Amino acid sequence: MTLVDVGLALVAGGALAGALVIALIPRHVRPLISGLVTAGVGVGGVLAGVGGLSGAAWTRVAPGLLPLGEARLSVDALSGVFLLLVGAVAIAAGIYGIGYTADAPHHENPAGSRTTQATVPLFVASMLFVPAAASVTTLLVVWELMALTSLVLVLTEHRLRPSVRDAGLWYGGMTHAGLVAIMTGLVVFAADAGGETFEALRAGAADLSPAMRSTVFVLVLIGFGAKAGLVPLHVWLPRAHPEAPSHVSALMSAAMVALGIYGLIRVGFDLLGGGPRWWGLLVLTIGAVSALFGVLQASVATDLKRLLAYSTTENVGLMAIGIGAAGVFAADGNRALAGVLMAAALLHALNHAAFKTVLFLGAGSVLRATGLRDLDALGGLVRRMPLTTALFGIGALGAAALPPGNGFVSEWVLLQGLIHSVSEGVAASPVVAVSIPVAVGVVALTAGLGVATFVKAFGVGFLAQPRSTAAATAIESPMPMRVGMGVAAASCAVLAVAPALVGGSLDRVLNVLPEVRDTAPLADSAVTLRLAGIQGSMSPLLITVGLVLSAVLVAVVVRRLAGSAPRRVVGVWANGGPERNSRQELTATSFAEPLTRVFDDVLRPEHDIDVTPYAESAYLIESVTFRQRVPDRLEAAMYPPLLATVESWGRWSRRLANGRVHRYLAYGFIGLLVALIVVAVTS
Amino acid sequence: MSAQETVFAVAAAGIQVAVVVMGAPYLTGLMRQVRARMEGRAGAGVGQPVRDLRKLFHKEATRPEGTSVVFVAAPLVMLASAVFLAAVIPFVTTVAAVGGVSDLFAVVAVLLLGTVALALAGLDTGTAFGGIGASREVTIVALVEPTILLAIFALSVRVGSSDLADIVAGTLASPAHVLSPASLLAAVAFAVVIIAEAGRLPVDNPSTHLELTMVHEAMVLEYSGRDLAMVELAASMRLALLLGLGVNLFAPWGVATTLAPLALLLGIVMLIVKVALVGVALAVLEVFMAKLRLFRVPELLAGSLLFALLAVAASYFLA
Repeated sequence: MTLVDVGLALVAGGALAGALVIALIPRHVRPLISGLVTAGVGVGGVLAGVGGLSGAAWTRVAPGLLPLGEARLSVDALSGVFLLLVGAVAIAAGIYGIGYTADAPHHENPAGSRTTQATVPLFVASMLFVPAAASVTTLLVVWELMALTSLVLVLTEHRLRPSVRDAGLWYGGMTHAGLVAIMTGLVVFAADAGGETFEALRAGAADLSPAMRSTVFVLVLIGFGAKAGLVPLHVWLPRAHPEAPSHVSALMSAAMVALGIYGLIRVGFDLLGGGPRWWGLLVLTIGAVSALFGVLQASVATDLKRLLAYSTTENVGLMAIGIGAAGVFAADGNRALAGVLMAAALLHALNHAAFKTVLFLGAGSVLRATGLRDLDALGGLVRRMPLTTALFGIGALGAAALPPGNGFVSEWVLLQGLIHSVSEGVAASPVVAVSIPVAVGVVALTAGLGVATFVKAFGVGFLAQPRSTAAATAIESPMPMRVGMGVAAASCAVLAVAPALVGGSLDRVLNVLPEVRDTAPLADSAVTLRLAGIQGSMSPLLITVGLVLSAVLVAVVVRRLAGSAPRRVVGVWANGGPERNSRQELTATSFAEPLTRVFDDVLRPEHDIDVTPYAESAYLIESVTFRQRVPDRLEAAMYPPLLATVESWGRWSRRLANGRVHRYLAYGFIGLLVALIVVAVTS
Repeated sequence: MSAQETVFAVAAAGIQVAVVVMGAPYLTGLMRQVRARMEGRAGAGVGQPVRDLRKLFHKEATRPEGTSVVFVAAPLVMLASAVFLAAVIPFVTTVAAVGGVSDLFAVVAVLLLGTVALALAGLDTGTAFGGIGASREVTIVALVEPTILLAIFALSVRVGSSDLADIVAGTLASPAHVLSPASLLAAVAFAVVIIAEAGRLPVDNPSTHLELTMVHEAMVLEYSGRDLAMVELAASMRLALLLGLGVNLFAPWGVATTLAPLALLLGIVMLIVKVALVGVALAVLEVFMAKLRLFRVPELLAGSLLFALLAVAASYFLA
């Protein structure tokens, strides 16, 4: 019995037994049990992930378990890294949930309902079986289970806000459209490859015609891209992630979107074994647009959870840039560079999972303490919730890609992979010469706007003076929530200073993928990150130590020079007024105003100004109301026409069904006839 | 690297820090003095910033009510990041005690860390000024970032590495590369970056207290005493660091490639001379310039981005 056996047994058994128990026990013990079961399922995922990353192949088949055949599971290093990722997020979210879903005095928490509490472990378990699935049927079944359980969780608070129902509809629609694309792609693939197990697909992929291979790839790109939140299929993210309970948001945003990336890598690079250069360019372009659009929307967002959801689109875009560029260079025969870029994408997936968990859990703590998600009404939480503020700060540092945060490390690897595209001695084609510099520019602008976004989220949300009474009376979260956030923040810190810890594992993951096999880009890394095959080295640990030493040195010297007399507390300059008024502070909207103005043509914000004069005179103003909305322009441009078309088809197709039985019989007969003719012609 | 060499390399880094910390206020003073003379004023003398710092270090520090630890820590973070960069950028010698810290992307990111610390402190004061300064600063930073990274990209192409020591050593080994189209275009882009990052005209006016225009000054408005001294020293150091980085990327002559004492001495002298020359040139140019309206700054930065893109394209097609 291997580690993977133990881990996956714990996942399946824990989730099923746990869900049953949770459904039966009374309300007040449910948070504790549900949290522990979720964390336990997460531990199972981590165990299975460690087992998978050790490199030994593991396959189990359960014949007859699924209606149309066997359930087949297989864990290799690529599965392992995503099992580890999902499991770790689940541990943090599970512990956090113990506090988050508990009822407040005199107030019933909607996230404490029987359905929600029992569904969380099932959701985690179905996510964990996605990377372990090794046949088309198994993958589709667990994929759909994951979609349904998460949909149930998104709808948790449907009684409280109509926007939750709207979010649920969008999410349900998008995820099923994605499922149709994945199913079509994989079924076509399986039919041509002559088998539905991944082994048969791998073996049969080489015999597929190029057109068929590309069709399969584009279909799975659409399906997995919708789950990953890539533009233009991102529209459900900023709706569903904010409306779900926060520990579920963390699970969805940190873990579930990563499975979209997993699917893309598994089918595109493993089962299909890579493809022509335009596949890479397509993924690269989609990634670049997603990164830029996501961060731009995040930089002007004022709803904290919506901001984080757009930031997810941004980070998934960065991963897609890495994957796409890896595909381009692999097609050009530059394997070393492809290896570096693929490693960058995987490392960024891990880093993103770590910091996005902290951030969503932090947003959840704020929401629980104040009832607010609107940054314009927050502020001053650093004094009321010091630990939550500090932990959110660690996450924000990672998300802003600043040293010594963890996001910086993977963006650095990504940039190294991109900038070495010239000097490698491989003749660069014009397409590469144009696309790679633009990609570097996009990554850079994304990094810059990311800094602006998280300075806003942290500075406006947690620092300064409270902008509402709810923020002024916030109380620190209970222990389990702080522990859950702490676990995720600790993994951020480890990934930030010692990314080489996962280096050997990532190299084994790359060995699963034929195009980057044996490139081992991180093999020489220890304290210093050294990229094999290209000249690039950077040591996050030494930079952190250097910064700390400099800070100690400066502090000691300044103390010698100036003494350490306590600072006298004084009033601030209140613009000439008698005392400071929190209405004079900048809000998130006004903080982002310069950016909104610079990117006016892209964002096209909607302004609404109401001036109310006194009844006595039109020249004396009683009040001015200003409202700004930054709608999602891509969504507004693409989805209403699409939905209108679908609706008109629906209306038209009503005429087909007029309620007469003999007409339906005729449909059946004609259908059979057409099928027979098709079979007769094609065979 | 032998133990003795490591000690020497650490000592060299210490010398760099000492030179930058001591020299930076004088550089600021020199630039102010040049400007004053060109404008027909007598000027306060080159040593005035040093006298200001000494005065500030002995004054009482205050802190506005309702500020958090971020306000207190920001000057420390800003100054520490500048000290760290003074130690790791190859100003005097390309030989480093430890590898992996002088990557240009990391250097730029650490510089950004100092900027972010000050922006958060500006927000933490909870005043309109602090917030506006922070908002403008991060907007400029966000728009400068693509130019910096693309300029680094263009510079890294000829040596195949983005490590500063490699770039400087590569330029020293083959000086003709400086005149390549890619390098010249990158130099123009980098010049705009330095001006924007250091908060000089026409992006920000370091001597203004006019509320409509100030960026850096708005964020530091609530600092006093030793905290203000640290912020001012860090700001001077950042200017010196950026100018030093600029001259050593495009004209690294004089930088020692060994740890021989004479070479180090030459390195120090050359660094001071080069940075002073560039500083004077910048000050002279500033006399003839007006500050751009904030919302015209993106146009300037877009122009520099174009130069950086052309630099990268040139390195692809002309390599």
